[in-house]
Amino acid sequence: MPTELLPTATILSAFLGVALILLLPTRFGQCAKWIALLSALTGFGFAVAAFRGYDMAPGADPLQSVVNLPWVDFPRIGFTTGADGVSLVLLLLTGIIATTGVLFSWNVTQQPRAFFALFLTIIGGVYGVFQSLDLFLLFVCYEIVIVPKYFLISNWGSTNREYGAMKLTIYSVAGSALVLLGLLATYVLSPEHSLDLRTLAATDFPRAFQFWAFPVMFLGFAILAGIWPFHTWAPTGHVAAPTAVSMLLAGVVMKLGSYGALRVAMTLFPLGLEYWRMPIAILATAGILYGALVALAQKDLKFVVGYSSINHMGFVLLGLVTLNTVGLSGAVLQMFSHGIIGGLLFAVVGRMIYDRTHTRDIALLGGMNLAKALPFAAFTFVVASLASMGLPAFSGFIAEISILLGAWKTFPVFLIFAALGVVITVAFTLRALQRTFFPAHATATDAHDEASHAFDPITLPERLGAMILMAVTFGIGLFPKILLTPILHSFTSPQSLMHHLIQGVAK
Amino acid sequence: MNTALALLKFLAPESILAETALVVLIAGLFKATAQKRGVLLSLTLMGGFAAGALLLLFPQNANIAHGMVVLDPLTRLVKLAILGLSLIAAIFAAGSTVREHFAEYLGLILFSTIGMMLLAGTEDLLMIFIGLEMTSIPLYILTGYLKRSSTSAEAALKYFLVGGVSAAFLLFGLSLIYGVTGSTSIADLAQTPRATLLDPLFIAGVVMAMVGFGFKVAAVPFHLWAPDVYEGAPTPSAALIASGSKVAGFLILAKLLTFGFAKGTGSAAWGFLQPGWLPLLAIVGAASVVVGNLAALSQSNVKRILAYSAIAQSGYMLLGLTAAGPIGVSSVIFYVIVYALTTLGAFGVVSLVEQRRGGSQLHHFEGLHKSAPGLALCMGVFMISLAGIPPLAGFFGKFYLFAGALGSVSSQYSGNLGLLWLIIVAVAFNAVSLYYYLIVLKHVFVIQPAAEPAPASPHCATSAFVGFLALAVFALGLYPPALLAPIQYAVAAVTEAAAQH
Amino acid sequence: MSNSLLTLLTFLPLAGALLVALLPAKRLLIRAAGLGIAFAALGAALTLAFNYDRAAGGLQFVEKWDWIPSLDIQYYLGADGLSLMLLVLTAIITPFALLALGDRVTKLNVSLILLLQTTLFGTFTALNFIHWFLFYELSLVPVFLLIRMGGSAKATAAATQFFIYTLFGGFAMLLGFLAIHQATGTFNLIDLAAIAHQSKLGHALSSAFKWHPDCINVLVFGGIFLGLAVKVPVVPFHTWLPYAYSEAPAPVSMLLTGVLSKMGVYGFLRLLMPLFPGLMRHLAVPLLGFAVVTIVFSALAALAQKDLKRIVAYSSINHLGYCLLGIFAVTTALHAPGETNERAAAMNGVLLQVFNHGITAAALFCFIGFIERRSNGLRGLNDFGGLRTVAPVLAGLMGISIFSSLGLPGLNGFAGEFLIFKGSFALAPAASTLAAIGLFVTAVFLLTMIQRVFTGPLSERWASFPDLTTAERFTVAPIIALMFVLGICPQLLIALFNNTVLKLLP
Repeated sequence: MPTELLPTATILSAFLGVALILLLPTRFGQCAKWIALLSALTGFGFAVAAFRGYDMAPGADPLQSVVNLPWVDFPRIGFTTGADGVSLVLLLLTGIIATTGVLFSWNVTQQPRAFFALFLTIIGGVYGVFQSLDLFLLFVCYEIVIVPKYFLISNWGSTNREYGAMKLTIYSVAGSALVLLGLLATYVLSPEHSLDLRTLAATDFPRAFQFWAFPVMFLGFAILAGIWPFHTWAPTGHVAAPTAVSMLLAGVVMKLGSYGALRVAMTLFPLGLEYWRMPIAILATAGILYGALVALAQKDLKFVVGYSSINHMGFVLLGLVTLNTVGLSGAVLQMFSHGIIGGLLFAVVGRMIYDRTHTRDIALLGGMNLAKALPFAAFTFVVASLASMGLPAFSGFIAEISILLGAWKTFPVFLIFAALGVVITVAFTLRALQRTFFPAHATATDAHDEASHAFDPITLPERLGAMILMAVTFGIGLFPKILLTPILHSFTSPQSLMHHLIQGVAK
Repeated sequence: MNTALALLKFLAPESILAETALVVLIAGLFKATAQKRGVLLSLTLMGGFAAGALLLLFPQNANIAHGMVVLDPLTRLVKLAILGLSLIAAIFAAGSTVREHFAEYLGLILFSTIGMMLLAGTEDLLMIFIGLEMTSIPLYILTGYLKRSSTSAEAALKYFLVGGVSAAFLLFGLSLIYGVTGSTSIADLAQTPRATLLDPLFIAGVVMAMVGFGFKVAAVPFHLWAPDVYEGAPTPSAALIASGSKVAGFLILAKLLTFGFAKGTGSAAWGFLQPGWLPLLAIVGAASVVVGNLAALSQSNVKRILAYSAIAQSGYMLLGLTAAGPIGVSSVIFYVIVYALTTLGAFGVVSLVEQRRGGSQLHHFEGLHKSAPGLALCMGVFMISLAGIPPLAGFFGKFYLFAGALGSVSSQYSGNLGLLWLIIVAVAFNAVSLYYYLIVLKHVFVIQPAAEPAPASPHCATSAFVGFLALAVFALGLYPPALLAPIQYAVAAVTEAAAQH
Repeated sequence: MSNSLLTLLTFLPLAGALLVALLPAKRLLIRAAGLGIAFAALGAALTLAFNYDRAAGGLQFVEKWDWIPSLDIQYYLGADGLSLMLLVLTAIITPFALLALGDRVTKLNVSLILLLQTTLFGTFTALNFIHWFLFYELSLVPVFLLIRMGGSAKATAAATQFFIYTLFGGFAMLLGFLAIHQATGTFNLIDLAAIAHQSKLGHALSSAFKWHPDCINVLVFGGIFLGLAVKVPVVPFHTWLPYAYSEAPAPVSMLLTGVLSKMGVYGFLRLLMPLFPGLMRHLAVPLLGFAVVTIVFSALAALAQKDLKRIVAYSSINHLGYCLLGIFAVTTALHAPGETNERAAAMNGVLLQVFNHGITAAALFCFIGFIERRSNGLRGLNDFGGLRTVAPVLAGLMGISIFSSLGLPGLNGFAGEFLIFKGSFALAPAASTLAAIGLFVTAVFLLTMIQRVFTGPLSERWASFPDLTTAERFTVAPIIALMFVLGICPQLLIALFNNTVLKLLP
């Protein structure tokens, strides 16, 4: 296969999987998961191949593998895709989350065909967003994700699922309405009536227009990224969702928001960004602190993880508005890192623990002596917690360091609050970890508890999935260069889409 | 002489339909065939196909009696669409709750279709009125067709009274316009000097005509009949009202406003309000979007939800017309055809559910995904397309519609997105609309019924065509040019012709 | 090959930890494997120390690999006398703690201790801040879990408190270094020291942030100071320590006080002093104040304790206070001419004290562990009495350690404290005089300990108090021997780092 088609092939692999699953006769429903796994692995394989084929030579155009197929003549819309380092990192993330998500939903027996078809639809949409170079295509893929989320949560979810699903959907739709508004206005005002990102990025939109279009678009995307105070969908949605979907939501769907904010809102409207930078930094910092503080007070383990997502995505947004290469690359790395770590946390809480204990109440879980009963789950949760705290040697550390480093330059005052947020993150993670797995009274009551809580052992797919995620967060923690080099190449190259942006601020 | 012959030639499709209607009616008189719905339906379809073939065969351009009957690529395309929609409605009828006097039912559908096609193929005010009446009168009867159902009767009476009043408004308005300009031809109207356009009598005429059309397309505040009619009418009738008649209505409205009153647009831009039909349209459209979407939120009957959704969708289309140019026309035509396909499909599903479960309340849809997964999937496609979620056709339609409207004013006041306020309203309430469409889908997919309904074999042809419509909506979403390119070509041709005139 | 010796040393215990984790859960096997690894590491560390070219001094065994070039983060290792001394100390304390584990030997505990050893080795050899910080923070994980080994609710709380305190300090330090990176573009400690040596760091910082120059410098300094002060700890950032030391099982306390607290001192010497020599001189009065308060307060607090472990814990703070006193005294006069001898003496004293305190405090905790094991967890100052009669060996050996701790000449504790005071009396007379109060109080509470526990009438309850077993004797014997050796012949150690010390003093 020609290398230009590798990124696009990820989309195809996902939708091919959907088609195959839909064609599957009902009685072979249990085969759906195998098809899904195959499709996810293929997509991941393509993503890896595309990543490896990425040319980082100093003069190389960061935007590679461009595919341009005509779609609609008027209004001029093309099926235009292409990937730079940022896209590729996120494609890789999507591949990993898709694969492990399937592994963690190996036990879905209720309507498996529908479940996996919807799951892969989301994956396909996400792949699409991360490589669209045409705003229309980007928006189409962005919206494809919304409706399957609703059904996955409301059909296969748990606590308060219909409420959670509807709330999440309404927030998403509100966000995408803002984006659509910005999109329409951009289209109308663009001199060539084009929606091609490359053309638009080179266009200087009038300042007055950018002044309102930037916040509209940025906010529209950022709602999906869980920006405070429009984050409330995230905890309820995450909690209501089935495990694989929580993983998807935290792992990649929230990244759609931050990616869109970067790739569309910030790239197209640098002047608007400059004006609104401070308010966004305030909101991002507030999200960091608020997420951490609220997580500190939760009784439900999944809510803790849900709020930690707000906290981590706050870092992403803060990193984005630092507008220097260090902060921006940190933000992208944090997207990747939180995708993996958040996915891992949700996998432990939702699949390994909740599916067995049928409760997520921290106090109740504490009484079950989980460290003894489910040692692998305990081990995984410890690793995930450490990674989530931003401890060195895990991927979160380098990401957060880079963001803080970027923020020192721009927002030294917020930095203090952000760092405070880090410390509170440690506190709430430790609290959840201790109370759930190592409650103080556990050792005393060892003996009689062991008999009363016999859980199904952790299955092979779960182990595999957890191992993959742990290996990735650890591997990237030790060798962040693997991801950072392509990311930096995409930011620093003069041909980069974001060049405009970084240059504009440097002036 | 020439005119008469030409008329016969160019109205051949309509004539074929009329003859088919007569044949079907006659077939209904015989006991041997009266109860055989399949036979009657086949007759109808044969006639329909013949008419379609004739439409495709005949020359593309003709103008008889100074615009009385016009044939151009646009009318041909719209006529084909109307014909197709009506025939599918007829097929749905075969699998619906309409069981008595089926031949007459089909005949009425055909008669109404003729009216719609005449309406689509004219550029003359008088013919517009005649076409509207020819469309409406059979529809009144179709609405009241379930003579043992009081809601059906009530709906028919309401529809009839409101329709009558609206016809009166329209006629009065048209006559005022004629009185001022001295012509009933749209082409002549386009040549009217500006001074005439400011004549209060003329303005009163335009307003009254718009009120009349407002009733027809169920725009707020002339929408009150719609929910009751959609709910009370037999489902295929409601489908026809919502699909074919809407397509014809919007085509003629678009032509009349965009080409006929091209000089009297005024402006609806924020802060640049100028009298004309644009501000009127903008206000009516925005009100329809707001009221339709909000009222739909609290409905419990799927047909009523579709009715309010129809009101809202009319609003979007009226907003699309504010583009006041060829883009506006082509976007509205594209949108209305896609909308008609979608809503027709949705009514097809409702009709099947009604037939099997005895009602169209939300709870009748519970567990549909288990008993009829294919049908449920189609319903999903229709609802999501109506909500304007990609990759379905509804999204592209809205995008094109909004982009056209938004772009129209910026060319006049450069850099100023004058109609932004309208688009904000439309986009915002489009987001709201997803809620009630999802509520429908929630009953279809999520909520489990208290008792498992007895499985019943669905009507084959109806199911097949529901599937076909879903596929069409999906395919048009993936590749809009399939429909968009012909429309744009046709509109361009018409615009060019008008410019040469 | 010869170039990656330090890497091998660093990751040897990690490999051992993995090995132990994979072994079957047989206590003997695990103990043997753990000890084998630990002794191998000791051997390796000693080999390195002997192979170190003392005459040349400076950094040797350097390894440098790019890690994240865009942020100037490298995998950058090297060892000078200071590092080697701490490597050896770590390598000594680890097997000592493993031996003291007794019946607490489990796969998890042994693996964690070995993992901790890796992080310590990493910390003591890293020359890039991020590299250093990575190991510094990573050490929290095994320590956190090890403290919890105590099992009680209090141990859990203590572990959490320790973790949060240290991490908070760590982040303050991280922020400081991020600011430095902002100003200079490098995390490389050697380069930074060179920049600071030319007095350019302060300018770089103030021009990067456009704040009042003193303000940003003090802030950055304060952040780094805070991080290290929590770790050492400096009063008033010490509150986690007595709690953690007393709730952790004795072998863990040995590691905590023996090597972990040295990370803080090492940080003062490796990070703070080379980077902010000028500022440290300006801030000499408050810094010396911190040292004096630490010494005096902790000594008085130890006097008031009724729990043996807490007494030793406070005495630990007290002893490290002397190290700080020495360091701060040296910096007061960094640029003053003359007094080189005093400074060298104080600095040598500091390093000696680091090593000696590591050994002595670890031994004390080890003994308390033995007592606890016999008394079912009782360890109150007043719970015992007259143990000398039933457990003479225990009393004798522990007595030696206590005397070493209070600085009796002839034992190892003396040389370090003597050198520190010798230097600092000349450099910072007032502070040293105040600090001397601590010396007296130390003597009082340590002697009280001997008196209450070992002398006096034997209570009925402890009539059958067993003496040290052979295994226990063998556990402590090498350490006691080392105390004598270093007490008599401190040059053994001083020779290792004397050259380094002279280089530390500009």
